Amino acid sequence: MNSVVHLSRRRFLALTGVSASGLLLGGFAGVANAARAGGDATGQRLNLFVSLREDGTVEIIAHRSEMGTGIRTSLPQVVADEMEADWRRVTVVQAIGDAAYGSQNTDGSRSIRNFYTTMRHMGATARHMLEAAAAEHWGVPQDQCSARQHQVIHSDGRTLDFGELAVAAAGQKVPQPAALMLKSPAQFRYIGRDLPIVDLHDITTGKAVFGADVTLPGMVYASIERTPHLGGRIAAYDGAAARKVGGVLDVVELKAPQGAPGFNNVEGLAVIARNTWSAIKGRKALDVKWTPSEHSDHDSEAYLDALQEKVRAGAGTVARERGDVDAALAAAGKVVEASYRTPYLAHAPMEPPVTVARVADERCEVWACTQNPQATQSAVAEALGLDKKAVTVHVTLLGGGFGRKSKPDYSVEAARLAAHVGKPVQVAWTREDDIRHDYYHSCSAMFLKAALDDAGNATAWLARQASPPIGATFDTTVTQLDDGNLSQTFGSVPFAVPNLRVESHEAPAHTRIGWLRSVYNIPFAFGVCSFVDELAHAAGRDPVEYWEAMIGDDRYLDFAPEGFAFSNYGRPIAEYPYDTARLKNVLRTLVATIPWGEKLPAGQGWGVAVTRSFLSYVSVASKVSVADGKLQVLEMHGAIDAGTVVNPDRVHAQIEGGMIFGLSVALLGQIDFERGAVKQSNYHDYPVARIQQTPKVIRSHIVPSDALPAGVGEPGVPPTAPSIANAVFAATGQRIRELPLSKHFSV
Amino acid sequence: MKLKVNGRSYETEADADTPLLWILRDELKLTGTRYGCGDAICGACTVHFNGVPTRACRLPLSAVADGEVTTIEGLSADGSHPVQEAWRRHNVPQCGFCQAGQIMSASALLAGNAQPTDDDIDSAMSGNICRCGTYPRIRAAIRDVAGRGEDAS
Repeated sequence: MNSVVHLSRRRFLALTGVSASGLLLGGFAGVANAARAGGDATGQRLNLFVSLREDGTVEIIAHRSEMGTGIRTSLPQVVADEMEADWRRVTVVQAIGDAAYGSQNTDGSRSIRNFYTTMRHMGATARHMLEAAAAEHWGVPQDQCSARQHQVIHSDGRTLDFGELAVAAAGQKVPQPAALMLKSPAQFRYIGRDLPIVDLHDITTGKAVFGADVTLPGMVYASIERTPHLGGRIAAYDGAAARKVGGVLDVVELKAPQGAPGFNNVEGLAVIARNTWSAIKGRKALDVKWTPSEHSDHDSEAYLDALQEKVRAGAGTVARERGDVDAALAAAGKVVEASYRTPYLAHAPMEPPVTVARVADERCEVWACTQNPQATQSAVAEALGLDKKAVTVHVTLLGGGFGRKSKPDYSVEAARLAAHVGKPVQVAWTREDDIRHDYYHSCSAMFLKAALDDAGNATAWLARQASPPIGATFDTTVTQLDDGNLSQTFGSVPFAVPNLRVESHEAPAHTRIGWLRSVYNIPFAFGVCSFVDELAHAAGRDPVEYWEAMIGDDRYLDFAPEGFAFSNYGRPIAEYPYDTARLKNVLRTLVATIPWGEKLPAGQGWGVAVTRSFLSYVSVASKVSVADGKLQVLEMHGAIDAGTVVNPDRVHAQIEGGMIFGLSVALLGQIDFERGAVKQSNYHDYPVARIQQTPKVIRSHIVPSDALPAGVGEPGVPPTAPSIANAVFAATGQRIRELPLSKHFSV
Repeated sequence: MKLKVNGRSYETEADADTPLLWILRDELKLTGTRYGCGDAICGACTVHFNGVPTRACRLPLSAVADGEVTTIEGLSADGSHPVQEAWRRHNVPQCGFCQAGQIMSASALLAGNAQPTDDDIDSAMSGNICRCGTYPRIRAAIRDVAGRGEDAS
């Protein structure tokens, strides 16, 4: 488990059998020798995800990328459990990019929810084949043989180690999915247990291999100066001074194709050098002039002002409608309205994007810290005019991803340069590159308006937003959010309000908009969860009680009659209903763990928020103090109902980390554009939460559930910022409607 | 130029202004020391220079000649330093990228102050960013090494 081992393509031969999820499940029926995999780190192939060496080592494929969620541990632990493998004898092998595995796009908080059942089938298939091999060996019926902790045991007490059965098991017929006996939860050995991550020792000793740790013989280093504004091209440049810098080998124009940005590189000028420092120094000596573009006047402050005015002033495209909002507002005794806005954000993973590429003999090999190796494969193949099969993508560990590393533009750069230079090339982004050339999280302007009756109950809910769409990154004609984007909290509000309307305005994109951890839920949870708190206070009611009243009766939500195409994070609503009982329960469960309603000193307050995102229900409660203009978050508490969980410790870690990511959003995150270019450049002017800004008290709770597994990586983020802003109101009476809070307080 | 890293002496022909970080990574292949910002503000490249936690990305080779550098690879032979062990007991890492720097800062803190207060911990660790948000466990692991495991959150 000490290194990132890679499978060769030779292992992906014809497979048989299809699981319920459509993934190929089988091994090599009747072709035992074909199952002997290439490479010395591989054993007898039992199925797509499981191989077995004759020394008994079980190799389990991790096909999803590890960026800190623990997925390289959690999915293999599911396989090992069903297989009855001894976890101490398991080695995790990182997959290359290959469509045979199904989706490897590690984002959307979907690794467990989309592959939990598949991994159980993989483990159960292997167990079945081992039991069949033992039965054959002993000449007994298979039902007298059962696998248990790396042995197959006969009912008379005889045993065979898995290793002894490796060759025979690989030759067994692959069982049909219907024939598989899956464990009952009571039989689980690893599922639901806190297994340490497989990379723990390597990480704590510095041996873990991240993107920039890959070196190839003859490799050269590139540092790239890119257009400061979207659509800019090299107008003129002088590379003479750069070429004179010691260690610099070449200065290379990196052209960008026409059309939507997609996953292509932006235009740039690359300095190729013998080492990193020479490349950086050479780049500083470049003199480049860029052509203007339709985006080179983009000013984010003016842009957001205009969006804010638009959503306040007039009706937009209706995305969802129930009852008659206008009549209810006109008839109401009390109307509350508020405008909210949130800025662009950068991902800023600790490891900036980096790729090593080698192009030779009409083939390209890529080593990248990528969340999406298949998209990397496609984008590189397209850029080089190669067949996808001629591109191999090796996946290293990722030093954080948060959505940034789903976009393989940096791998395309390395591949293009490697093809040009004729040597292996490492493209390593500096932090400045990372902050200035991101796929930015969308900024957003929102307007919310509600009517209240005499008891303070909402009788109308009107919500309008304008935010540049992710879709524009791939199709420049897209100018507003679709129902899928709006399904992230804004359009999918669960409120039992008789009259409700959700509207959307156009917001043409002027930079590459991308998805960042929890995506549009970030602005929309801030607007929606702040506004519910505002309504509670306008009604003179306790916010927790008011949340429950807004959510209303226990029920499954049905959005279709209101004209809204709720995307439900890609899963059928019948499979993963939007269950208001679970939403209220996750709030109640959390509030029971904190002294909600306690008498606090002046300048302190509690705030709550609750959301459903990525099919999980999450509530966050924060306690803050504000004194002399200084805001300190004292406590953050989070609860998640994510259905079945595989590795509770990693779920706790994701909720802790999600809240701290949300803390950065709430307190600090802001990207500004001036004349088309990003103003910020590094962690000094794009700060993220540091230890001293992190509350001393952080608690996370997992609501026990045997429902289908739901998302974990992202759902901790959305409720965090509004919980903090609501706590600030409780502490000070000051309602903050624009993030980050550092605009209003010292943090 | 000469330098001494993890008890071994090396010679390099790199320019004197080259930051130690790139000597460690590009030349010595001691890749546990990471690039995160290049400006001494994120802490991912923290090493011990004469025992003091130091950002290798802004320490020029010319300043290193007479000193002793210790990287994560040299903190212990087998990962058995008490801070490394505490990191594993508390399952601190998520992505892991910043953790070598965190461990180097924490081990320097504890070498000079075996009983740090919570404020001491925050102060000593304030130069090390973790974007995954492992700070609560970093605090717990340091408290644990200091014999204050009962306080761990």
